[in-house]
Amino acid sequence: MISDDLYREIILEHYAHPRCKGKLEAPTFRQDGVNPTCGDAVTVELDVKDNRVVRAAFEGVGCSISLASASMLTSLIEGKTLDEVRELAATFKKRMLNRNDAEPCPEQLGELEALDGVRQYPVRVKCALLAWNTLLGALEEAL
Amino acid sequence: MSVKVELSRRSDFPLLENQPELVYLDSAATSLKPRSVLEAERSYYEECCANIHRGLYRMSEEATRRYEEARHSVARLIGASDPDCCIWTSGTTDAINLVAYTWGEQNILPGDPIVLTGLEHHSNLVPWQNLATRQQARLRWIEPRPDGTLELDNLDELLEGARLVAFTWVSNVFGSISPVQEICRRARAAGATVLLDAAQGVPHLPCAVEEMGCDFMAFSGHKMLGPTGTGMLWSRRELLEAMPPFRFGGDMIREVWRDRCTFNELPFKFEAGTPNIAGVLGMGAAADYLLDVGMANVRAHELDLLTYARECLGSLEGFELLGPPLDQHSGALSFVYRGIHPHDLATLLDRENICIRAGHHCCQPLMRRIGMSGTARASLSLYNIRADIDRLAVALEKASQVFKGVLF
Ligand SMILES: Cc1ncc(COP(=O)(O)O)c(C=O)c1O
Repeated sequence: MISDDLYREIILEHYAHPRCKGKLEAPTFRQDGVNPTCGDAVTVELDVKDNRVVRAAFEGVGCSISLASASMLTSLIEGKTLDEVRELAATFKKRMLNRNDAEPCPEQLGELEALDGVRQYPVRVKCALLAWNTLLGALEEAL
Repeated sequence: MSVKVELSRRSDFPLLENQPELVYLDSAATSLKPRSVLEAERSYYEECCANIHRGLYRMSEEATRRYEEARHSVARLIGASDPDCCIWTSGTTDAINLVAYTWGEQNILPGDPIVLTGLEHHSNLVPWQNLATRQQARLRWIEPRPDGTLELDNLDELLEGARLVAFTWVSNVFGSISPVQEICRRARAAGATVLLDAAQGVPHLPCAVEEMGCDFMAFSGHKMLGPTGTGMLWSRRELLEAMPPFRFGGDMIREVWRDRCTFNELPFKFEAGTPNIAGVLGMGAAADYLLDVGMANVRAHELDLLTYARECLGSLEGFELLGPPLDQHSGALSFVYRGIHPHDLATLLDRENICIRAGHHCCQPLMRRIGMSGTARASLSLYNIRADIDRLAVALEKASQVFKGVLF
């Protein structure tokens, strides 16, 4: 493995050993997402109790960026309230669409900071966002 | 073709001169354009920028002359003896839609089978899917094998009662060449009309459209060294004359009254409105360029490159070629490499200034059929050289370093 601004170790680690990959038995919310231009597809499932994500899982086919992002997403949102999850998603989306390198990555994003390099590859930003947009779709049902 | 000829051809392409470091391996998406094509477009605007078929002054006559000369050039390239049977369109997609909305509406009746192959580009699938819905017709499928060749054992069964067979000459994913004459012969014997999607055929292979046995042939200018937004539909005169017009307006009429009109003769009946005149002149220049090189030479050069690429890339550990035997192979080389996702490969190659395509290549049903979400595809044209393949091989090995220890 060599060091790389896009393919950071932590991304490759999530890609090779995704967390929370699979299906939930009876998810509260389930949403499919696709990237029509490239064919990447993910499914995000959530168990929600008392407005809080108890468990999250994903399945999908796609590139390292989209699957690593999905893996990080599911592992990060477990235990968070739906409002916290929405806020995290909004912060991440904003970060991905901001190409200004001078601004530091918001602390709240934790290991998602590893995806910062994707911002320099505009066509790949949609890979990083696929799982997050799918998550937001799932949460629309929760309103 | 010797390396010397290859190199002299490269200097005909300004983009390659402007970006000498670039390795362009995405000609199946769109080809680069030689200087003569750009010149044909530029000179229209600078020398005779008049509308065609209507002006009574010399500049308009000159524009009309160039426009019709371009039609002759493309007719010559595809071996069409009657240029009136060569209809300008904005591309392959447009040409196929023309047929679906005119011939299709008239001839496809409820319950009629339309036979397609599982290789088709969305543009030779969705128009028929849509026609089938409008007319309550049915789609039947010639199945592709995993190497992109077609399973023809059950063809006669599929052809029973078929009204239309629409299939691609060359797969844009696998580069596999379909047995055009055989399919056309068997389809027509079964009473079906045949449309050939020649988008990936005309740019790479010698074409004698009247001997191939199809009734319609659609192709794009921008994949055969011409400008974007250009293309052609070829058909036989009796079919075109029996078809209703597709689009209505100026140029396609003979006489108009308040409540009715009569239509113009071929080919103008299908060319309503002011067309992409500069583009058409560019497409004509592209046909002249290809005629000048000679399509047999284009094929020989590409076959040499394909042979080299299959050898050179095939020796990389973890390289898997998806494609037919060499003698049935043209243009596009689809592969997977060391389990690295095609998009990741495309990004890593882009860093080395190498353009390839990755993904489903507008063939989602095909990808489902072969159980893949996408492939990486390097596609060739006459301006590619062996050094491009060498650069690709080196860049692939470099890309593999990123995933080493993670995937393998
Ligand atoms: C086999 C095939 N058919 C049709 C098309 C559509 O061509 P256009 O987009 O120029 O209409 C393509 C383009 O990729 C193609 O490869």
